[in-house]
Amino acid sequence: MKTLTVLGPLSDIPLGEGRAYAVGDDMIAVFRLRDGSLRAVSAVCPHKGGPLADGQIDNSVVVCPLHLFSWDLSTGCSQSGQPPIAVYPVRADDGQIVLGE
Amino acid sequence: MTQKLVVIGNGMAGARTVEEILARNGCFSVTMFGDEPYGNYNRIMLSNLLAGVETEEGIFLNDLAWYRENGITLNTGTRIERIDAAGKAVYDAEGNATPYDKLIIATGSYSWTPPIKGIHHPKRGYHQGVFAFRTLDDTRGMIRYARDHERAVVIGGGLLGLEAARGLQNHVSHVTLLHAMGHLMERQLDPKAGQMLQASVEGKLGIKVITNAMTTEILGKDRVTGVTLADGTVVECDVVVIAAGIRPNTGMVADSGLPVERGIVVDDQMRVRGHEDIYSVGECAQHRGNLYGLVGPLWEQARVLADHITGTAGVAYTGSKLHTKLKVAGIDVASMGLIAPEHDEDEVIVYNEPKKGVYKQLIIRDDVLVGATLVGDNSKAASLIRHFDRGTALPEERSELIFDIGGAVEASPEQMPDDTQVCNCNGVSKGAVCGAVAGGCATVGGVMDKTRAGKGCGTCKPLVQRIVEWANGGAAEEDPAASWYVPGVPMPKPELMAAIRKHRLTSVSSVFATLVPGGAEDAKSKMGLASLLKMMWGADYVDERDARFINDRVHGNIQKDGSFSVVPQMKGGVTTPAELKRIAEVAEKYRVPMVKLTGGQRIDLLGVPKEQLPAMWADLGMPSGYAYAKSFRTVKTCVGSDFCRFGVGDSTALGIAIEERYQGLEGPGKMKLAVTGCPRNCAEAYVKDLGVVAIDGGKWEIYVGGAAGAHIRKGDLLTTVGSADEVIRLTGRFLQYYRENANWLERTYAFVPRVGIDRIREIVVDDVDGIAAALDAAVEEAVQAYRDPWKERAEPATPGQFRTSLPLTVLPQVPVRS
Repeated sequence: MKTLTVLGPLSDIPLGEGRAYAVGDDMIAVFRLRDGSLRAVSAVCPHKGGPLADGQIDNSVVVCPLHLFSWDLSTGCSQSGQPPIAVYPVRADDGQIVLGE
Repeated sequence: MTQKLVVIGNGMAGARTVEEILARNGCFSVTMFGDEPYGNYNRIMLSNLLAGVETEEGIFLNDLAWYRENGITLNTGTRIERIDAAGKAVYDAEGNATPYDKLIIATGSYSWTPPIKGIHHPKRGYHQGVFAFRTLDDTRGMIRYARDHERAVVIGGGLLGLEAARGLQNHVSHVTLLHAMGHLMERQLDPKAGQMLQASVEGKLGIKVITNAMTTEILGKDRVTGVTLADGTVVECDVVVIAAGIRPNTGMVADSGLPVERGIVVDDQMRVRGHEDIYSVGECAQHRGNLYGLVGPLWEQARVLADHITGTAGVAYTGSKLHTKLKVAGIDVASMGLIAPEHDEDEVIVYNEPKKGVYKQLIIRDDVLVGATLVGDNSKAASLIRHFDRGTALPEERSELIFDIGGAVEASPEQMPDDTQVCNCNGVSKGAVCGAVAGGCATVGGVMDKTRAGKGCGTCKPLVQRIVEWANGGAAEEDPAASWYVPGVPMPKPELMAAIRKHRLTSVSSVFATLVPGGAEDAKSKMGLASLLKMMWGADYVDERDARFINDRVHGNIQKDGSFSVVPQMKGGVTTPAELKRIAEVAEKYRVPMVKLTGGQRIDLLGVPKEQLPAMWADLGMPSGYAYAKSFRTVKTCVGSDFCRFGVGDSTALGIAIEERYQGLEGPGKMKLAVTGCPRNCAEAYVKDLGVVAIDGGKWEIYVGGAAGAHIRKGDLLTTVGSADEVIRLTGRFLQYYRENANWLERTYAFVPRVGIDRIREIVVDDVDGIAAALDAAVEEAVQAYRDPWKERAEPATPGQFRTSLPLTVLPQVPVRS
């Protein structure tokens, strides 16, 4: 992801929650961790298509709301033998969520 | 530095101990001496060899190549005649010395021959046709001889004798078993069980059994023709097999000046008393006065010995609790601990069904299983052995110990094929569970996390536990997290609540920050903590929305396609035409894909996108039915006395009143209730978390702890009261006690039996602890704090609360039903 995409204001995402964004053909779930940092991953659970943005998170994992499989938010690796999810670079810049490097 | 390790004995104990030492990378050059000219075989399987169901190759544990590959010098057919403990060497019959740094004596046992006239032949050991049953050579000889003969007698009615008799049936047409004692297997079975076994052995297998049979003489000049018993009876036969017991092989050891009593005396590190460098293991070793002849204890001894000899400090063998579970001559037998009560206070439970050959006896002391005998049915043996080994608390309903109530047969992991599906919710096979264990995960919780086995309805959890235990070599590792309220905070519920109060922690994030070492948050613990804090602090609870599961954030139950279900409250399952019309109009307006009646007597509108929820709630104008939360759900009712010809109490009015009062009350698990107007129980009140049954005379029975989902349990009668008000009061008090004391996700069907219905009655009904008023006040406060969450719709509680999280593509599409 070479281009930078501004997804919207940081205040769109409550602390500790996630919201889904459509970026081109991709659906991306962006999470605002309680330590203040952001994580962006594929919004679709590879197991049964669950909406990951509705999942609960902590400072390392997201838990899919449908069957409670979990993935590492930084690496995209499953902790329970599922295929990995895509991770995207994301950061906050001047109150805006910026996707890309 | 490599040390010289010498092992006398190449049987199961000796070889197993060497295996254990090799597994610890012990730095030894190993020399083994075996009497028999073979590698190491499984002596227990000799009876299968005799019975023709196993081959010689099949019973070998380690063939000669194994010794070569591991650099072990094996001297077969070499008998050690003397140990020079001072000179640290052993001597064989030819006087050859083998020096050692460490010595292990694993000489095992020999078959004991009772003093019977004519049993020996002056020129060659036994009389022609007489065999012991101990070694591979014994078994080979027996098979060869029996082939050409017809009538066999086995002397000895213990385990080995029974197995020999069964095996001989493969070769001869008549087998008679002579036992000197009053009943079979008297060491493991009480007289009744012994008789039951005898009836099966005679009736099912056709082996003739004579008890109290003292054999006095073996008849026959050149070869055996019969035996004479003490009472003069003559049993004609041409084969005699001696299985009258075993004795430890200790003669050479005693002659060498080492301490021998009944066996070779060892300490808790399996060292021979007074000798730092000499160990003994297996049937020949006497530990704390006991000799062990079963493999279980032998394996334990081998592990301790291997640990100690390879330098692990602090290891000790402290003795074994003896239990055995086996098929004796094709008949299930299990035995553990005591075979008869020892005190008047010992609780003895006996089940006896002679026609089927089933006998079960349990001996319980101070609520702990101290002995059990099973004949004819081993289906409960594994769970009894667990109780016996660990001294765990026994179910109040003792019959559950000897029967599978509800028909669930306890499958044994070893007999289960790898592809057997263990978890039917998440499709996890036995092989996958074993794979997780092989991958280094040895706790039940860890395996469940890894495979998700047992994470659906939870019914298979006991089976998952048994498989993990079996795959991990008998026992799962202690799972410290098993007692915690949630996996991310290392405390059981009472401790956790005390700490929360002490530090006045009113938010989930503050609990992590204060009570978790390192302060790490845990996503999977948030929901349980949110529930607990809300219950504890009420209005003072600081509601962090991220601590909520998605269902609780948007007040609907998430579906497989990411949509939600909308279930309006319908108290007691009673509705009106106007309400139905409104629901119908809303369903049409929003094109609800499916309208469905629920089991809790409500209407479910399924397939609603998140962003439509607030508008739908507004159009419905009905409160939330809480069909998504770990909370008070519904009160199912029957039509009761208003219309029903049989109703003796106004169940609908009471059901509505209970739901009105306790609606939305959150708890550790769902709370599903019912009120039924007579004992015909149309509202299924016996299988609810709390069920109320009207009985004649204006009274109400209250049942608690029932379930009819994945687990089925009839509730326990808490009490019978005389008024609806009393029902409402006790309902609140029970629910509050459950909220305060149950573990996260522990439904009442588990909570009530865990605490015990008598104890719950003491607290909730009789107020023995004096906390009834506090429980009443706490639940009253929660009732007053109730707000319909569907009113939270004008303004989102958080930015984008109802924004879709649905991907644009790739979703399982739910069909629209028209």
